[in-house]
Amino acid sequence: MSDPLTISEQALIDARGVVVAYGGQRSAFGRAKPEKRVLHGVDVVIGRGQTVGIVGESGSGKTTLGRALLGLVPVADGSIRFDRHEIVGLKEDALRPLRKRMQMIFQDPMSSLNPRHDIRHILIAPLLLHGLARDRREAEVQVRAVLDRVGLPASALERYPHELSGGQRQRVGIARAVVLAPDFVLADEIVSGLDVSTQAQVLQLLGELKRDMNLSMAFISHDLSVVRAVCDRVYVLSGGRVVEQGACEQVFASPHHDYTKVLIDAIPLPVIDPQWLGRGQRST
Amino acid sequence: MRVIAAVLAKRIGMAIVTLFGVAVVVFLLLRVAPGDPVAMMIGAGASAADVAELRARYGLDQPLLVQFGIWLAGVLRGDFGVSISLHRDVLELLSERLPATLELATAACAVAVGLGGAIAIAGTLVRGRKAEAAVDGVNGLMLAVPDFVWALAFVLVLGVLWPVLPLSGRMDPSVGVPFVSHFYLIESLLRGRFAIAGDIVAHMVMPVLALALPLAAVIVRILKEALSEAMMQDYVLVARVKGFSESRLVIGEALRNAVGPTLALTGVQFTFLIGGTVIVERIFAYPGIGAMAIDAVINRDLPLIQGLVLVFGALFILVNLAVDLGAVALNPRLRHGG
Repeated sequence: MSDPLTISEQALIDARGVVVAYGGQRSAFGRAKPEKRVLHGVDVVIGRGQTVGIVGESGSGKTTLGRALLGLVPVADGSIRFDRHEIVGLKEDALRPLRKRMQMIFQDPMSSLNPRHDIRHILIAPLLLHGLARDRREAEVQVRAVLDRVGLPASALERYPHELSGGQRQRVGIARAVVLAPDFVLADEIVSGLDVSTQAQVLQLLGELKRDMNLSMAFISHDLSVVRAVCDRVYVLSGGRVVEQGACEQVFASPHHDYTKVLIDAIPLPVIDPQWLGRGQRST
Repeated sequence: MRVIAAVLAKRIGMAIVTLFGVAVVVFLLLRVAPGDPVAMMIGAGASAADVAELRARYGLDQPLLVQFGIWLAGVLRGDFGVSISLHRDVLELLSERLPATLELATAACAVAVGLGGAIAIAGTLVRGRKAEAAVDGVNGLMLAVPDFVWALAFVLVLGVLWPVLPLSGRMDPSVGVPFVSHFYLIESLLRGRFAIAGDIVAHMVMPVLALALPLAAVIVRILKEALSEAMMQDYVLVARVKGFSESRLVIGEALRNAVGPTLALTGVQFTFLIGGTVIVERIFAYPGIGAMAIDAVINRDLPLIQGLVLVFGALFILVNLAVDLGAVALNPRLRHGG
């Protein structure tokens, strides 16, 4: 469990030496923009049914890493295997059959739901595209079941994204991701825009779905208390490199890297710790 | 629907005020501008008495305010007066000529939207590649060349060097068709006279393209920019995660969100396009209100100019109203009054 190599046989996602760089390609006039590396050779292994936390401050490359795992950004070097299929260098068309197996939930459900489409369209279109439903009626049945599963009334189908509350929208985002019955879901800062009680509900829902559907998840967050609550393993990213990784409890209990300690110290205390004055001195 | 009704009511009220303003301004400007309609009508050797009599017949000897009052009262009754140069009822002239211009301008607008939309979508699909630079280059050329230069270029190439298209008019003059309306193209299509419709379309190709190309270029500029903006939104990434193809991302996801500014701009540009018909109709001797406007100005045909300007004004207002209603209908957030 603690060594990623021993579980790589049953790993769903096995990424090795992933390098992502922006810029660098030649423009139309042959002028090359300088290349900026965002990830400098990152290894990530995610087992089946496992939830992995990816933490780091903004600019650490955690969102880029997540998108690379889904084949959404061009990878300059390294290898990413999804269920033993190499996805680095695959054309979009070749990647499409895998698409339904890897889904994503976004930080901002308002911007990730097309404002011109009602919820029914948003949920049904991918089912029809991937042939998971034979016709609209069958898709409608599945979509209603998923809505019910995430705790939304069927009447939400008629609504447009702007007519829902933030928590409802995030539930639609989750419903959209799991309606395809994926193997892997990437959750990118999905609760940071929600208030604390809604956060707890959404996290609980995700936990149930993960258990019921045997989902593998990557949970990207800058909020370590959230990661601690949901993840089995955690990767700590800083400046595009993994500076620490391990089982969640182990990393939180005895962080090795200074950067991890700083992040852990940034967690607001859930209860008042009588020793809180001495805590900062102990860890810095 | 309630929102649309409210928009309509407000706009109709504003339209009446605007048209009244247009009427006042054009009436005053024409009276202040140099040039005497009576001098244009009458021979050089006419006596002062003849001039005075003609002046009195057209009411031009009355004070300005009285002239305006007489004209406005007439307009409200549907009487736009009699053309000084053509000696015919202005309303009758307008109703003969306006359909020709409407067919021309609508066709040009449709071509511009179709062509501009296609180029913008194609350019978005190849973005980041060398083909995008080619698309932008062609578009820059379309944008830089004005409609009347396109018209002259088409005349030279398709009318003279390689004469495949008729150079002037609305249809072959040897074809006698008892049309009941002045919408020749629509009527010939409705009556199944496709040979005649084909002839009318052949006459329209060059003027339509000349009017459409600059408008298409503006549409490409705005739509392509809005599309590339929309393509960076999270919901497009979501759609990519869903496994949608690139063309479905552009057309199914981004386009409806990107089309708002283009629609508004097309409305504004459509009014410029109606203005463009003045010169383009002249070049192709196309019998619309644009060509008639030039003759009316040259002849100082005051009632006809006034009638024409009112029609142009009404068209501008109608087009803008249609654009606003279209925007409401397209955007669910506006539709529900939110």
